[in-house]
Amino acid sequence: MSPAWRIGVDSRRCIGTSICAGTAPEHFRLVDGLSAPLADVVAPAEVILDAADSCPVEAITVRDATDDRLIAPQE
Amino acid sequence: MTESAQTTESRTVRPARPYPFSVPDRLVVDPTYGELRESEPMTRVKLPYGEEAWLATRYEDVRTVLGDVRFGRALAVQRDEPRLTPRQQYSGMLTMDPPDHTRLRRLVAKAFTARRVEALRPRTQEIADALVDDMVRLGPPADLVEHVATPLPIQVICELLGVPYADRDRFHIWSEAIVSTTSLPMETIQEYLNNLWAYMGGLVAERRRDPGIDDLLGALVRARDENQDRLSETELVELAGGLLAAGHETTVTQIPNFVYVLLHNPDQLARLRADPSLVPAAVEELLRYVPLGVGSSFARYAREDVEVGGVLVRAGEPVLGSLSSANRDGTVFADPDRLDFDREQNPHLGFGHGVHHCVGAQLARMELQVAVGTLVTRLPGLRLAVPEAELKWKRGMLVRGLLGMPVAW
Repeated sequence: MSPAWRIGVDSRRCIGTSICAGTAPEHFRLVDGLSAPLADVVAPAEVILDAADSCPVEAITVRDATDDRLIAPQE
Repeated sequence: MTESAQTTESRTVRPARPYPFSVPDRLVVDPTYGELRESEPMTRVKLPYGEEAWLATRYEDVRTVLGDVRFGRALAVQRDEPRLTPRQQYSGMLTMDPPDHTRLRRLVAKAFTARRVEALRPRTQEIADALVDDMVRLGPPADLVEHVATPLPIQVICELLGVPYADRDRFHIWSEAIVSTTSLPMETIQEYLNNLWAYMGGLVAERRRDPGIDDLLGALVRARDENQDRLSETELVELAGGLLAAGHETTVTQIPNFVYVLLHNPDQLARLRADPSLVPAAVEELLRYVPLGVGSSFARYAREDVEVGGVLVRAGEPVLGSLSSANRDGTVFADPDRLDFDREQNPHLGFGHGVHHCVGAQLARMELQVAVGTLVTRLPGLRLAVPEAELKWKRGMLVRGLLGMPVAW
């Protein structure tokens, strides 16, 4: 597993369901009704993938911070 | 804060009001919600069954109750949960909190993303066109519930899940058990649920005999068989049965509700006919405007003391959040009782909020867009074929809607 992940939230896609903030409150919160990561670069954790894979509009992306490889959402 | 509101310092708890506040009248939102948003935004209520609860009526408070991780659903199974139904639910995603809930939700969420649902749109349109063709061939008057609203979502969820559409008459009857409060005797509800689980169990066994079947049910069976810790056999069957039942009961009800509201707003309907590109905005506004639920249910239990709407909710107390009330909160939606397709922002809570936000929301949106778009463009003269007073409304169910909708065009 890579040493660090970069979390991105596409605010144009986000519809503010708060599923991510409920699933991984240590990584996501709602700001003005839309999701925002608490930190952009984080230590890998399964719960981040849970949040990305549970997003109904796939607004959350998780990438390897070193080589930008897409980790989630998975196909 | 108003004088009468409870505060953290002095918590004088008022006697509970019976809830729902009134017998549902068509799709009217009880004015009590508006009064409470003004004067007593957190109020004590007593549902027909279970313990007393708080009811949140303001948009922000409802979002807090549904979205804040200090509230959860898991505690409900240890309690006499406030409910509209004699029967209490002890299993399923709505009785779980993360991380248990996440384990199940993640398994199905992928099948319902906006992208995956968009791929189903052409087929959904094809089904809708065929249903309207058939209805037109029959000629007016025809029941929109029977000919379009019911078969459309059922056929879509069948194809997505991998359930034979030919069995629809059986499982559609059993599905009523999911939304019934008093419309069915309790023994019948249990019998229907058992039938539904047994039926799904049979389909699961089929997928095991033929693991190559590429549908959502097949994917769930593979997920279970690849890793037994991810999904128990009971969870698998109840999850699939729940998706089948919940996956169509709501949309089946909303299609006629939306048409009913549009017929009551002829200016807005005329705009839709003239410019079908308004359909997605119209569907969002209708999702905000139509109170689908008879009353709020599935209370969230406070996991610690939480202050909401000026009231200190104690750890272990249940709180209901009214979606219908939140969606009519004038501090968020200007002129909230007006149907307005031009709202720049429409952050309605029609699908709920937080981890239990409707898993089928994107599918429902797409189906409703297809249904509304098809009906307004193909049947420009669509109207009720009976006087409104003759319409029959559902009773004894969690949802509000028409039992039948005779229309002409």
